[in-house]
Amino acid sequence: MDMNFNQHISQQFNADLEAIRNQMLAMGGLVQRQVSDAIEAILSGDTSSADKIIQREDDVDEMEVSIDQECTHILVRRQPAASDLRMVLAVSRVVRDLERMGDEASKIAIHALEVANGNQAGSKICHQAIRHMGTAVVKMTSDALDAFARHDINGAIEVVRSDKLVDEQYASAIRELSTYMMEDPRSISQAINILWILRAIERIGDHARNISEQVIYLVSGTDVRHSSLSEMEEQTQADN
Amino acid sequence: MQLIENHTTTGIPFSNKAKLSARNVDVFYGDKQAIYDVSLDIGANEVIALIGPSGCGKSTFLRTLNRMNDTIDICKVKGEILLDNENIYDPKVDTVPLRARVGMVFQKPNPFPKSIYDNVAYGPRIHGLAQTRVELDETVEKSLQRAGLWNEVKDRLHAPGTGLSGGQQQRLCIARTIAVDPEVILMDEPCSALDPIATAKIEELIDELREKYTIAIVTHSMQQAARVSQRTAYFHLGQLIEVNPTSQVFTTPQHELTEAYITGRFG
Repeated sequence: MDMNFNQHISQQFNADLEAIRNQMLAMGGLVQRQVSDAIEAILSGDTSSADKIIQREDDVDEMEVSIDQECTHILVRRQPAASDLRMVLAVSRVVRDLERMGDEASKIAIHALEVANGNQAGSKICHQAIRHMGTAVVKMTSDALDAFARHDINGAIEVVRSDKLVDEQYASAIRELSTYMMEDPRSISQAINILWILRAIERIGDHARNISEQVIYLVSGTDVRHSSLSEMEEQTQADN
Repeated sequence: MQLIENHTTTGIPFSNKAKLSARNVDVFYGDKQAIYDVSLDIGANEVIALIGPSGCGKSTFLRTLNRMNDTIDICKVKGEILLDNENIYDPKVDTVPLRARVGMVFQKPNPFPKSIYDNVAYGPRIHGLAQTRVELDETVEKSLQRAGLWNEVKDRLHAPGTGLSGGQQQRLCIARTIAVDPEVILMDEPCSALDPIATAKIEELIDELREKYTIAIVTHSMQQAARVSQRTAYFHLGQLIEVNPTSQVFTTPQHELTEAYITGRFG
């Protein structure tokens, strides 16, 4: 075939699709920074950035609404089909996950402030787990967005794999946390803050996993939501 | 653009409840080949949409299904078209009863310059399907009802069919087609001359007709194909590229040419 199928007959359609994709990736970049700043704030105890993180949530919310509106416009004007349709649907779903990741990041920032302003007892518990899980979910977020940009199914599956590890780390951190609370009741109020933070980090991992599922949908057309990792691997292998 | 060498159709061209089966069909206009080795089943009580860019052979293929191409001298058809397992290109087959079994609706509504009643009664009369006036009246009413036109014309059955609106004329043509009790209805862009409301009525009708008939529709509108059909066949330069369930073709087509066409990358 001597034709170039990368471009639509309508240049404007190309531009519209390119625009929602780029805006989504830009939004992803913003959210990723929010998440890494929030985790940094809790680990370093330096909460000067916390307010900024919480404020930035408004920008992320606005981006979600405006990108989703663009998606609606494309659906109405172009009636996209096949890979174009999947791109619009995937972008629309991914921005929702990104927005929720932003919410989780500001929850971390809020609790980081509470930890910093609370009593010393228990303010440093589970830092090891927060560091490991935090680093993992920041990387997962960035990997999921990269996989989206590159249409990379294997990269997406890698993120799903990492999410399983984060879930395991979360379960063990919760066990550690309850031990602290039983040993030293003075630490309970801080432990509850830490619990919320761990929970938020774990949720961010889940959202990164959701984004990866949309990458698989975008590339192969297979809807792998609510599938296990092994089912996902099977399905995507069958597609290849 | 060129033909794909050694092409085999992607997807599921065959059906286990085939009403019409095309096998290795080639069509030539003089020495120019228009259809290349097409094999496709059209299942009973299904609507299959034939889509593709202009000149891809979808209308030519549709016209092979009731030997409409016989009317063109230089047109030659090779291969087999089986209607209930009988080859319609067998020299013994008479095309007049064949076209009653496999009816056709065209792009532009083409009512006869006769009354609404006579348009519908024409087929049953020449095929001797109604013995008495009462029977004929019943057939006309039933056909107009099935075509969703009865309520609009029952008080003026003897007015000329050409006086109806475009959408009504097209439904009149559909009534005329079903009056001879066909098994298959072929539609060649039946809505391309109609406004959106008339189009919606025809599409609604197609969905109802599917209960009783097998329908093959050629359409330039991909949204229409997506709305009315259960399976979609994509033609390209005379080759049948892909056949799959319609929902699959419009979300995850298997062949890159199908993908490129339905996403508007050429056409």
